[in-house]
Amino acid sequence: MKRASFIGLAGLLLAGFVHAAIDTYEFADESQRERFGLLTKELRCPKCQNQDIADSNSPIAADLRKQIHEQLQQGKSDADIVDYMVARYGDFVRYKPPLEGRTALLWFGPAALLLGGLLTITVIVVRRRRVDARPQDALLSADEQARLSALMTKDPLDKNAP
Amino acid sequence: MRRALLLIPLAIFLVVAVFLYRGLFLNPTEQPSALIDKPFPAFSLPSVDGQSTLTEAVFKGKPSLVNVWATWCPTCREEHAMLNKLAEQGVTIHGINYKDDTAAAQRWLAQYGNPYGLDVSDVEGSLGLDLGVYGAPETFLVDRNGIIRHKYVGEINERVWREQLAPLWTQLSEEGGQ
Repeated sequence: MKRASFIGLAGLLLAGFVHAAIDTYEFADESQRERFGLLTKELRCPKCQNQDIADSNSPIAADLRKQIHEQLQQGKSDADIVDYMVARYGDFVRYKPPLEGRTALLWFGPAALLLGGLLTITVIVVRRRRVDARPQDALLSADEQARLSALMTKDPLDKNAP
Repeated sequence: MRRALLLIPLAIFLVVAVFLYRGLFLNPTEQPSALIDKPFPAFSLPSVDGQSTLTEAVFKGKPSLVNVWATWCPTCREEHAMLNKLAEQGVTIHGINYKDDTAAAQRWLAQYGNPYGLDVSDVEGSLGLDLGVYGAPETFLVDRNGIIRHKYVGEINERVWREQLAPLWTQLSEEGGQ
């Protein structure tokens, strides 16, 4: 008795963690179930700022899951379903934005920044090497070298030193 | 030349700072509707009073405000008085009763007044889906040719009407038909 209620309690506790939103949908086959999973992960809930429609509990997300399920049953392709959603909710619902003029910065920006950074580092490294390759005495005159040696050999704790 | 290079980090900082500063004042819940300048989606649904069947053709002829509302939506309740006032001023307002209990909707209109010329009953939310509705209240400005020209999400109050919607409404009212 005790054990049964413990298992029941554990089951109740775990249920909350398995998935935020639980509906029961039946699919014709395993690949359809997989496509449903991918589509609901790729589409963003229009009401909630940053949740896909698979995870959201909002009524609109439930409606959209139902809509996707229906359209999968009707044999619509993934592209058809995404187009259907974009026609109603705009590009906002896509976690994967289309590649076009106004999204070019979004797609290529990170790569451009990385290239810029690499280029900067390369230029700095090459310049430093050139400086290191110069003969040492060209950097300091004989007088300067003598002052430097004096400073270096001075005892820093000796307060009476000039 | 070397001096100029030293200014690059400052320039990058300034550009980023300007963008981030702008970001402070953007409303992330504001999404442009995908239906702007598109015809009102086709539908055939009963009216809330159950007297007639309405289609998208009823929104043609003169400009109107199409307001998506429900009795379960607290903001709609707050907005209702403003809609009544606008209807009194002669603004044509139609309603879409979205995913609601029709009997509750009828009681609500009897109790708080009915600003809607026509009121579509969208119990299943199918028209709402076609309109890209994600939270009531939402209000569409539809021109005399039945084309959606603007969408406002949220409560219409005096300020929103005066600053955002009234100028568009005047513009739509002055436009000629086809």
